[in-house]
Amino acid sequence: MKHEEILHRCFRCGYCKLPSNYTDINCPAYQAFRFETYSPGGRMWLLRGWLNGEITNSKRFAEIMFSCTACGNCVEQCAFPKFRDLLLEVFTAGREAFLDAGHVPGPVRDYLTKIQLHGNPYGKPGKKRPEWAADLGVEPYADQEYLFFVDDVGAYDTRGQEIARSVAGILQQAGISFGMLSGEEVSDGNDVLAIGETPLFEELARKNIEVFNQKGVKKIITLSPHSLNAIKNHYPALGGSYQAMHYTQLLAFSMGNMSLQEDGPNHRITFHDPCYLGRHNWDYQSPRMLLKGLPGASVVEMDRNQKNAFCCGGGGGNFFTDLVSAEEDSPSRVRVREAAETGADYLAVACPMCAVMLEDAAKVEGLENRLQVKEVTEIVAEYMVGA
Amino acid sequence: MKELIDRLKKIVGDRFVSEAPEERYIYSMDMGTMPASAPDLVVMPASTEEVSKIMEAANAHQVPVTPMGGGLVLSGLTRALKGGMILDMKRMNRITEVNPKSRYAVVEGGTSQGMLQAYLKKNHPELKHSVPDAPPIATLAGNVCIHGSGHLSVLGGYHSDMLTGMEVVLPTGEVIRTGSCSVSSDWFGKAPLPDLSGLFMGWAGTTGVVTRLGIKLFPSYRYNDLLIFVCDDAEDMPDVISRLTSTQVAEDMTPWMTPIPEWARGFMHINIAYGAHSKAELTFKRNLLQMSVKAYKDKKTGGFLPMPPPQKNRYMKIPTPDLVRFADVRKGGGFEYVGAIMAIEHFAEAYRAGVEIAEKNEVSYSMGARIVGAGHSMMFFYAYAFNRADQADMARAQKALEETNAATLEMGGIPWKAELPAQQQIIEKMAPDTFALMNRIREALDPNHIMNPGNWERA
Repeated sequence: MKHEEILHRCFRCGYCKLPSNYTDINCPAYQAFRFETYSPGGRMWLLRGWLNGEITNSKRFAEIMFSCTACGNCVEQCAFPKFRDLLLEVFTAGREAFLDAGHVPGPVRDYLTKIQLHGNPYGKPGKKRPEWAADLGVEPYADQEYLFFVDDVGAYDTRGQEIARSVAGILQQAGISFGMLSGEEVSDGNDVLAIGETPLFEELARKNIEVFNQKGVKKIITLSPHSLNAIKNHYPALGGSYQAMHYTQLLAFSMGNMSLQEDGPNHRITFHDPCYLGRHNWDYQSPRMLLKGLPGASVVEMDRNQKNAFCCGGGGGNFFTDLVSAEEDSPSRVRVREAAETGADYLAVACPMCAVMLEDAAKVEGLENRLQVKEVTEIVAEYMVGA
Repeated sequence: MKELIDRLKKIVGDRFVSEAPEERYIYSMDMGTMPASAPDLVVMPASTEEVSKIMEAANAHQVPVTPMGGGLVLSGLTRALKGGMILDMKRMNRITEVNPKSRYAVVEGGTSQGMLQAYLKKNHPELKHSVPDAPPIATLAGNVCIHGSGHLSVLGGYHSDMLTGMEVVLPTGEVIRTGSCSVSSDWFGKAPLPDLSGLFMGWAGTTGVVTRLGIKLFPSYRYNDLLIFVCDDAEDMPDVISRLTSTQVAEDMTPWMTPIPEWARGFMHINIAYGAHSKAELTFKRNLLQMSVKAYKDKKTGGFLPMPPPQKNRYMKIPTPDLVRFADVRKGGGFEYVGAIMAIEHFAEAYRAGVEIAEKNEVSYSMGARIVGAGHSMMFFYAYAFNRADQADMARAQKALEETNAATLEMGGIPWKAELPAQQQIIEKMAPDTFALMNRIREALDPNHIMNPGNWERA
C-alpha cells in the first residue's frame, strides 16, 4: 500500500479529532460513531494492523475506511508537520488497497458502478445533464469567456438544479460571459478519487479534458467546490490545465456589477464553509465577501468556522453512499444544530451537496421554521433591486 | 456473552456496543510500550444511569470492566488485562455547571480538557482551569483520577487537589457522591466531610467509574508572561525552585533538560509562567521572580534566557503540541515516560540517573519536571522515544522505563500512573498493612473483582 512506511508514525494523540479551538469533535465519522476506530488515528492503526496481519478485513473494517469524508480536518489539526500533509493520501491509499482486494461496502460499489456505466452516480443519461438550465437562456459554450461546469448534484438532483439555476441567474445579472456544456461531459471525479478508485477518476477526467480542449476552454467557473478541486488540482497532471474558480470567487469581485437594494432584509446569516473551497483550497473569504456586502444583512459565525468548519458529512462519496449516517449524531444534524445556536435565520452554503445534506438535516431536526438553508446566490437574489 | 451483549444494547443502544475485531484491536493497546490485551467488547454509555445499569449487568455476568477516558495515559492502564469490557466514557461530555463566584465547574466523566477550555474561553473568559500537557482530547476525570498536574499546579497543586467533588458509580452499581455535593446542591469542595474521593484517585480504575466531577477554576489573566531561568548545575535546582516558589506569584513552573536542540544540551531550564490583571502588576510579579534568584545572576551561575516573541508564544501555548511531537524524534511514532513524583531535593540525583539510563540504553530522551505547590513536590519526567515499527527499539525504551522506575523508588520517589511492572515495584516497597488495607477496601467495594482486574494486584 502506498505510504505504508509512515503508518507507524501516527502517535494517535487525537489532535485530529478536534478543531484548533477544541470546541467539539470535528472529525465527521468519529462524531457519528464515537469508537476510536473511526478516528483518523484509529484508521491509521487499523491499516497498520491489517498490513501486519494482526487484523483481517471485514464489512465493518471497510465501512470504517469508507466513512471518511476526506474533509481535511485531520490534515489541518495533526500535531506532526509534514507527516500530516499525507494523511488524506494515506486514507485514500488504504481505500485503494481495499478496492484492489475487493473489500468494498455495497453502497460504495453501487456508486462506482453507476459512474462507470453512466458517467454519473444517478445512473441517468448524459443527455439529461443540461436539463437544469431549461428556459434560462444559457448558451452552449462556444467562445464565451467562461465555461460554467455543473457537477452531478447540480445537474440531476432537484435541489441541486435549483441552485445551479440560481447561480447561473446571478452570473447573468453580473454580466459575466459564460456558456455551458450539453451533456457530453461526465462527473468531475473528485469523490471517486477520494474514494481511491484512481483509474476511474482518470477515465472521467480524461473525458472531460477532451471535451474542454475540443471546445477551446481556458477558464472554468464551477458550481461545486468538489469540481473546483478536481479541475484545479488534479486535472493538470492529466494534461488539462485551466483557470478554474468557484462561482463565489468570481462573484465576490463582480458585486459592483449587480444592482443591490439600498436597504435589504435584515437577515442574520451564518455561513457553512465547504471543505473543498475552504480547507482544500484555502478560500474562506469569497463567500463571506458576498454575504457581508448585502445591505441590511448581518453575518454571524458558528464556533467552528473557516479552517475549523465541521463537514456536512457529504464528502468522499458519502453524499451518495451515506456511510456516516448516525441518527442524531450524523454530522449534518450536528451542524444544523450548531448553526441554529447562532440565532441565524439563514444558513448559507456554497456547495450543492452541503445544501442537500443540511436542508434534509434541518427538516429532521425540526428547524426548518427558524433556520432556512440557502445557497449564497439565492440570498444575493433577495437583495437585488426588484427582488 | 451474547446475553450480556443483548442486555448492554438495551441499555446504551445498538450503536454503542461493539464486539467487532476492529474495536477489540484498537482498544487493546495505548500509545506506550505495554503489550496489547484485548477486551471482549467496548461499550459507550451516555449517562450515569446507563453506567449504573452496565455495572449491574457486568456483576450479574461476572465480566470485567475497564473504564477509559481519553486513553492517553501511555502506561497501559486502560487495557483490559483480563478481558471483559472497555467502558469508553467519551459520550458523557457535558459541562453541567460553571459557578463563577465560587469558581468551580461540574463536568461529566468523559469531558475533554479541550472542551472545557473552549467553553470557558467563550462563556467565562475571566476563568480558567488547570490544563495538563496531555493532548486536548484527554479527559478531566481521567487526569484527576491519576493525580495529574498542569499549568496551574504551582498555584493549586495536583489536579486531585483541585477536585471539589465526585459522582461515582460503584462496581456494584450504586451511585454515590463525594464532597459537598453529597449533602448540598453546590459542588464547592470536599470539606468538612470525610473525604471519600480518595477511594477513587490513584486506584487505576479499580474502585469505580467517575461519572461527574467538580473542579476548581482560577482567575484568567489579561496579561500573561513567561520567563526562562537557566543554569548549568543540577545541584542548584532545588534552591532555585525554592526561591522562585517562595515569591508565590508563578502559576506554573516546569524545568526541562534535553540534549536536542544542541544549544539546550547540558543546561537546566525552568519555564516560569505568571499572569496579572494589569501591566503594572505583571511588572511587579516579574521583578519579584527576578529578584528571588538574583544571587545566581550575581555569581554568574544562572540567569534569564532572552526570548524572541515567537519562541515565547510557542512556550506559552496551552497545551503545547510540541510535547507529543517528541514521538516523532526517531520517526517512529512512539514515546513513553516515567513521571516520578518526588521531593524537590532529589532533583540533581534524578537528573543524573536519567542521563545515565538513557545513555546506557541508547534511547532518545527528554527530561523535565512540573513543580507542584510552593515547591512541595515535583513530577520529574523521563521521556523515551521509540520507533513503533522496530521491536528492538521498543524493547530498549521499555528497559529504560523499568530501570527508571527502579531508580525512582530507590531515590524515595514514586512512579506516577504506574504501568503494571512499576505497580509491582511499588507494592514491593509499600508498607504491607497499607497494601492489605487497599485490598480490604477493594474487597468491600468490588466483591466480584470486576473493576479493571490485574491492576494493583500482587503478581
